[in-house]
Amino acid sequence: MHPFDYVRVSTVPEAVKSGSRESAKFVAGGTNLIDLMKCTVERPAHVVDVNALPLASIEAVSGGIRIGALARMSDVAAHPLVQQRFPAVSQALLLSASPQLRNAASIGGNLMQRTRCPYFRELIWTPCNKRNPGSGCSAREGENRMQAVIGTSDACIATHPSDFAVAVAALDGVLTLHGPKGERRVNAVDFHLLPGRTPHLEHDLAHGELITSVFLPDAPHAAHSSYLKVRDRSSYEFALASAAVGLALDGNTIRGARVAFGGIGTKPWRARAAEAVLIGKAATVDVFRAAADVELKDARGYGQNDFKIELAKRTLVRALGDLAGGAA
Amino acid sequence: MSEIPMIGAGRDRVDGRAKVTGTARYAAENNLPNLVHAVVVSSTIPSGTIRAIDTTAAKKAPGVLAVLSHVNASKLNPPPSQGGGKSETGGGGSASGGAAGGGTGGGASGGTSGQKQGGQSGGQQQGGGQPSGNFAEPRATPFSDGTIHYLGQQIAVVVADTLEHATHAAELVEVTYDARPGRTDMNALRHEAKDKGAQQAPPFVKGDPEGAFAGAAVKIDRTYRTPYHHHNPIEAHSIVVAWDGDRVTLHDSSQNIFASRQTIAHAFGIPKENVHVVSPFVGGAFGSKGSTWPHVLVGALAAREVKRPVKLWLPRKQLFFTNGHRPETEQRVALGATSDGKLVSIIHEGISQSNAVCDYNERFTRPTRVMYATPNMRAENLVVDLNVSSPTYMRAPGENPGMFALESAMDELAYAVNIDPVQLRLINYAEEDPSDGKPWSSKSLRECYERAAARFGWADRKREPRSMRDGRLLVGQGMASATYPSHRSPASARARMNDDGTVVVSSGSHEMGMGTATVMAQLAAETLGIPAERVRFEYGDTNLPQAPISAGSMTAASVGSAVYQVARELRQKLVALNGGDEIANANDYAALLHAHYTPDVETRVDAKPDPEEAHYSAHAFGCHFAEVSVDPDLGLVRLRRMVSAFAGGRILNAKTAHSQFLGGIVQGIGMALLEETHLDRRFGSYTNVNFGEYLVPVNADVRNLTILMLEEQDPHVNPIGAKGIGEVGIVGVAPAIANAVYHATGKRVRDLPITLEKLL
Repeated sequence: MHPFDYVRVSTVPEAVKSGSRESAKFVAGGTNLIDLMKCTVERPAHVVDVNALPLASIEAVSGGIRIGALARMSDVAAHPLVQQRFPAVSQALLLSASPQLRNAASIGGNLMQRTRCPYFRELIWTPCNKRNPGSGCSAREGENRMQAVIGTSDACIATHPSDFAVAVAALDGVLTLHGPKGERRVNAVDFHLLPGRTPHLEHDLAHGELITSVFLPDAPHAAHSSYLKVRDRSSYEFALASAAVGLALDGNTIRGARVAFGGIGTKPWRARAAEAVLIGKAATVDVFRAAADVELKDARGYGQNDFKIELAKRTLVRALGDLAGGAA
Repeated sequence: MSEIPMIGAGRDRVDGRAKVTGTARYAAENNLPNLVHAVVVSSTIPSGTIRAIDTTAAKKAPGVLAVLSHVNASKLNPPPSQGGGKSETGGGGSASGGAAGGGTGGGASGGTSGQKQGGQSGGQQQGGGQPSGNFAEPRATPFSDGTIHYLGQQIAVVVADTLEHATHAAELVEVTYDARPGRTDMNALRHEAKDKGAQQAPPFVKGDPEGAFAGAAVKIDRTYRTPYHHHNPIEAHSIVVAWDGDRVTLHDSSQNIFASRQTIAHAFGIPKENVHVVSPFVGGAFGSKGSTWPHVLVGALAAREVKRPVKLWLPRKQLFFTNGHRPETEQRVALGATSDGKLVSIIHEGISQSNAVCDYNERFTRPTRVMYATPNMRAENLVVDLNVSSPTYMRAPGENPGMFALESAMDELAYAVNIDPVQLRLINYAEEDPSDGKPWSSKSLRECYERAAARFGWADRKREPRSMRDGRLLVGQGMASATYPSHRSPASARARMNDDGTVVVSSGSHEMGMGTATVMAQLAAETLGIPAERVRFEYGDTNLPQAPISAGSMTAASVGSAVYQVARELRQKLVALNGGDEIANANDYAALLHAHYTPDVETRVDAKPDPEEAHYSAHAFGCHFAEVSVDPDLGLVRLRRMVSAFAGGRILNAKTAHSQFLGGIVQGIGMALLEETHLDRRFGSYTNVNFGEYLVPVNADVRNLTILMLEEQDPHVNPIGAKGIGEVGIVGVAPAIANAVYHATGKRVRDLPITLEKLL
């Protein structure tokens, strides 16, 4: 761990000012940043503690709910507004990490968490374009069972680890950011970036900019949504494949659909092509499978993770089938 | 035969309260006055030499007191040429072999030395009788030169005033190498396979195995693989070292304090009486704390250099590289049988990883030699030396990976001859030790099968694969056997009765959580006829009478026999004091001592295995019946329930014994379904070196486990009649689950762990 200084701030302008210094990082729960600092992957000179900012509320607002960026994962998962109107979000959170981590980790930090790719985190002497731009990717021909099969590039195949971000991407979440240039809003699906040739750039977030809240819009498909996570261990593990799904059904006909994948993409993977296949069709296994096939037609395995393509398809079929219930 | 005999019905562990309340002081919690902190620098290449170590920046960093490496450190005495078989006491051979004789597990109720099959009671060197101690890596003394044998090797150490300063400075040490290509692929180097540590399980041949196999009516010939596994005890390996001139005290986390003492004495060239090792609590070990790993020597070296007490606590990531693992294995099992299931030949052979600096050989063919009656057998386990860190014994070494192969193959044979898997095992039941014809000291495996099958409801199982369902889930049921040898090593003990009627029994054994402190007090109390609460057991200190390594499931047998004997002699001494009359009431002891104006009465014994014990083959046996569900779409396997039965001689404490079995089974579930340390062969590095990605079972993976403990009266195994139970619990879990997965799906998975992509 490299030496750093530490400051606590209590207002958003103060946070932005402090966080705009060169090599500054915000810390909330610290479950990811501190970990990466211990691995020496993150080496901030200044750590700005934002826990005192008044951003922890969860409240109903016009057209949806707003979750403060400092709300803890466990609080959001247990909140009646979230459970009733956005069950996929609650489920995704409860299937994440461990109770201890969920009690500590903030919603804003969850969206900012970085990949678990071992070449990025642990084998810090090996090439990794995300950790050391231009050095190469060790995962493509290495231990890549957990890495991505969609949204990958020659430079990077690191999986985005969040479950929550997948549900938020599926249900059209909108982030509010505060930075040196003031306030702006970004759709969750646009917040995370594809690696392309610059895998070290992961978010649409300027230096000094801070996530202050997440807005989730009410919708029939949001109230009728779920999150399925497939993993080796029964709890406390990252996904091999996951799916956040929401359906608005009219009888057996799909009127609205929202789909996003986790565990297989370099970013939370909103599946618009799959949604297009579903809309207007009957809720049947064949339709679900067709939607999965379309979405993953460009997916590509790297050896150990080849199975994830088929697993992701089956995960989506299962998630949609269970959500549609007797309809499927 | 009844279940669960015991001398103290499920007595709570005596150290439970201290552990739960946090007052039990583990090695790294000894914050001595003037303490400073050491952090190790590890190699980042698997093979080559260090060209240069630039410590300029590290030395300038705040709080740094010293940066040591082969360039500037005082040289330690290397272990004497080890080779094998050179030890003074016969038996174990290599330094690490001393403990390699043993297993790992736990064994408060367990115990052995592993050499019984060699006809020697090999325990003595395990207690530190070897002049060299128990170097884990007898051919690589830390900081002796710049040679790199494997990635993660400890090549330098930084000492600073705080852990944070030392950690930061260690990151500033710049190492450049002349790298050689790493030899990291066992498969590619299989032609180099060789025997090693042969005294542990030398190649074995009986009859004409090849000919009998060739002529057999039914043949199974398959290859099975197990991956790298790491022990991952909760308590990281750590040491606090304080020198006082040429005397040194080590607060260690150790399964073998006397050998550790010997190692330090040898390495630093000081008398062993100058070395004091204390290890009152060990937060799990599973074999990884039985040898002296480099960090102990490095920590002692650092403390000597800076002339202040040094704490060296290894981060979890470093533990994966420098404190042992279970090596990968590739095993061929060929079974020849008649069409009615009678085995005519067993061939079990294969390779496992080792390296040039250690003597370890994962003796996975050892269980095969004792499991089934057959006239023809060949068993041979060879190693391939790689530039991969040093393997060591890990809970039921040999037996555990070996029985995955053998018991999977037996299940394949059961389907090939269309005989129930339990019936097949009964058809081939060994009424005497198949390897040497010795009678069993006791064996109740048949009863284990019967009891476990009945409790499980095995009779209701449909034999065909994919024949049982629960909703959309496939259901499968499978079984496998368990075995682990019972060993005993010499051990000394002292017992003193005070004039208040309390007793202190002392032996420098170890408490890794298996219940040593509890069970030894019970044994002494029973022998003296006093309540267990009046007995305190002292252990974990080299100032106490010498005890052997706590490994190989032999602590109960070895130390327990010594405690039994010393308590009996103390009683005799007290009876003599009483004019030859037995002491009728526990409360009469105090009065007796008062009457004679005696503050205490003390006695001491050096207990050794009785040569008579070698006339028998002593093993704990057991079996597991597992039921799994498999999601046919997603490939997810979940263990639904398991019934296991064990016969391990006398059960000394039902509660701690149950925990021993349970712990073994849970670790076996991990081995079957989750655990694997991935090795990137290009870099020679493990990749999932943390608890986020090295998957051990969580509570949700461990469902309904039933453990049946069968009573055995065994007059031959040792004076207390207890076989080791610390390791047998894990043996057979993985094949029972793999066989259940086959029953559920019709897919035979021969390489662990059984992850979902193997079933999609």
